[in-house]
Amino acid sequence: MTFVVLGQTTPSDTSALSTVLVEGLSLGTIYALLAVGFVIIFKSTQVLNFAHGALAALGAFLVSASATTLDIPGRWIPNAPAWVTWAGAVVIAMVFMALIGAVVERVFLRPMVGEELFAVAIITLGIDIVVRTITNDFIGQFPRPMGDPLGIAVLDLGWVRIAHTTVLQVAVALVAVGGIALFFRSRMGIAMRATAFDQETARAQGINVGRVFSLAWAIGAGLAAIAGLFASLYPRRASGVDQASAFLAFKAFPAIIIGGLDSVVGAIVGGLIVGFAEAAATIFLGQSVLGSGFPGIVPYLLMLVVLVVRPFGLFGTEEIRRV
Amino acid sequence: MRGRPLLHTAYVSDQALLNTMTKKVVVGLFVVILALIPFGVVPGIGFLADADWLRLLATVCIFAIGGLGLNILTGLAGQISLGHAFFMGLGAYTAAWLGSSPGAVVGLGLPIWIWLPAAGIVAALVGVAVGPTAVRVRGLYLAFVTLGLVFVGEYLFRRLVTVTGGSQSGRTFPSFEVRLWKEEEPLISFVADGPWFGFDLTAEAKTFYFLLVLTVLFVVLAKNLQRTRVGRAFQSIRDRDIAAEIMGVEEGRYKLIAFGISSFYAGVAGALFASFVGRMIPEVWSLFLSVQFIAIVLIGGAGVVSGTLLGAAFVTILPRLVQDFTAWLSDYVQTGEGLFVWLADIFISTGVGDWGLVNTQAGVAPGLSVAQLNQVLYGLLIIAFLIFEPLGLYGIWLRIRNYWKGWPFTY
Repeated sequence: MTFVVLGQTTPSDTSALSTVLVEGLSLGTIYALLAVGFVIIFKSTQVLNFAHGALAALGAFLVSASATTLDIPGRWIPNAPAWVTWAGAVVIAMVFMALIGAVVERVFLRPMVGEELFAVAIITLGIDIVVRTITNDFIGQFPRPMGDPLGIAVLDLGWVRIAHTTVLQVAVALVAVGGIALFFRSRMGIAMRATAFDQETARAQGINVGRVFSLAWAIGAGLAAIAGLFASLYPRRASGVDQASAFLAFKAFPAIIIGGLDSVVGAIVGGLIVGFAEAAATIFLGQSVLGSGFPGIVPYLLMLVVLVVRPFGLFGTEEIRRV
Repeated sequence: MRGRPLLHTAYVSDQALLNTMTKKVVVGLFVVILALIPFGVVPGIGFLADADWLRLLATVCIFAIGGLGLNILTGLAGQISLGHAFFMGLGAYTAAWLGSSPGAVVGLGLPIWIWLPAAGIVAALVGVAVGPTAVRVRGLYLAFVTLGLVFVGEYLFRRLVTVTGGSQSGRTFPSFEVRLWKEEEPLISFVADGPWFGFDLTAEAKTFYFLLVLTVLFVVLAKNLQRTRVGRAFQSIRDRDIAAEIMGVEEGRYKLIAFGISSFYAGVAGALFASFVGRMIPEVWSLFLSVQFIAIVLIGGAGVVSGTLLGAAFVTILPRLVQDFTAWLSDYVQTGEGLFVWLADIFISTGVGDWGLVNTQAGVAPGLSVAQLNQVLYGLLIIAFLIFEPLGLYGIWLRIRNYWKGWPFTY
């Protein structure tokens, strides 16, 4: 394997910059996918979803389970090429996650509509503990392989090497974001935007707000599943989804805050900023006196700086209050 | 005013901490019972005098102190904080630096009457120092600032190996021994067996008494805070910050004070916790600890001192009860007979190939381990209390009390 492994380049290496670009893109799209799902849930249902990381890990586990252990849909189409059955497994896992998201919203969060944001946020902390513990029990002690046909193949462009998984990941992220942009123009999308603007007025206009809530959670959980999947593939993880996967989203939270809690564009920009910053810190500072743990808190340091300068993030709506 | 306990004719009696005769009697009895626990003479709860139960009760005291701190910030002043574990860690390492005898990690060997207050003060100072950021952002953004604090803090604790001992071995913390200065023999030791005033007491009993006295002190302070100018300012900010400012409450200043007081409690609780456990790695001061304290405040009842005490007892003792219950159930499944065994067998798995929700032999059979079951229960309890009883255990108590207050009438 000749791929430049994280943290092993020296700062003087001329390829370091291109590595930062590739790594940043790979990390950034994962964070952006998580952040977009989070913001869609927050905007349309007024719920701050601390369980997003747990949902992402559960999604990754479902992909792993359906692609390897259960072999669905591979067992029904024995002669199909590997990538077809794998894509089928991913789609099945996404649909399952969307269902789980909608069910979680209906059972735990619908009773809390109109309650204080803080109380609802703490409920999602509780959901996070429950989902994360059960997912980790499913995963078990050892990492679970994702069963992907891409493996550790690398695309060599001469000035930079990109893992095939990263190419796929960026493509999927672009499709997902494009799909969401299109969705917001559809009838249901307009209903969701109206609900995000004002729940009561939206309801008075005949919008089924409850259905919008379910849909928002389904979309958010589905996106979380994709993010969790790519976070468990090479080069992010060597051997699949493990018990630490659920903590991934804790680095996506700074991305959300940097972009602004209620801005989808901000979520994408924030995700990419955090991804590039973390990649740069890993490659240039990974070996420094700051220690190997430092890149992990770079997102939070960035978030604190942004909050001091702009308390509502880069793209967030400023809440105006005067006394 | 005999027979009319709620009729107050003077402001002093209305504002008293224990403003009815019943409260005075019950609280007095409760304290006496607590003091008698280590002797095992209280009928019905004699088993609490066992060493492991006394240790559990000591943990309850520590978590109660920490919970009171978060209750002041979240319950009284209405500010969200996920950063409680960070301030606890700060207190613990301040105590360790000042109180431990020097060795592989730094330590000055100072006595407890310096390191315990210093733990609180250092945490409070840092709380006030990071406060301006926290005061600038509001509501939900504050949750994320404090979340960042936990992660940055965990990194720092892991990184400052000379103080914290690092993730591999951790470090030891000073023990509960009172010295005048650095002399060899402690003046009073709460961690050694021996007679006290003619009673032969174990180390666990002495530690329990020490922490109990501290807890009572902090409870009185917290309870008193609620009826001071500062406490009323906190509550007005919680209820409506703009209205509070119109009435002349300086929001920024009081939020800083709230952060300071809360961090002081957290620092002291952290120092007590670390020195009670003895040796700790930096990963202890993580988000999960913060969430545990949020659970204490919410399950107990936000903004109520007695609720926080109930919450601390509940959250600390629950794992033990779950452990005992699953062990008993597993035993019952294997040895008992009848219809209930079949029901219990669905719930519990006892060996290879036996399916069940819970598994008493981790790794052997499918199912959650007992530790995992505890975590899931935490999560579910937080959810359930917020949905069904936002006032927590205190709310349940309130309904019971109000029922008997009017009994046999329903009004």
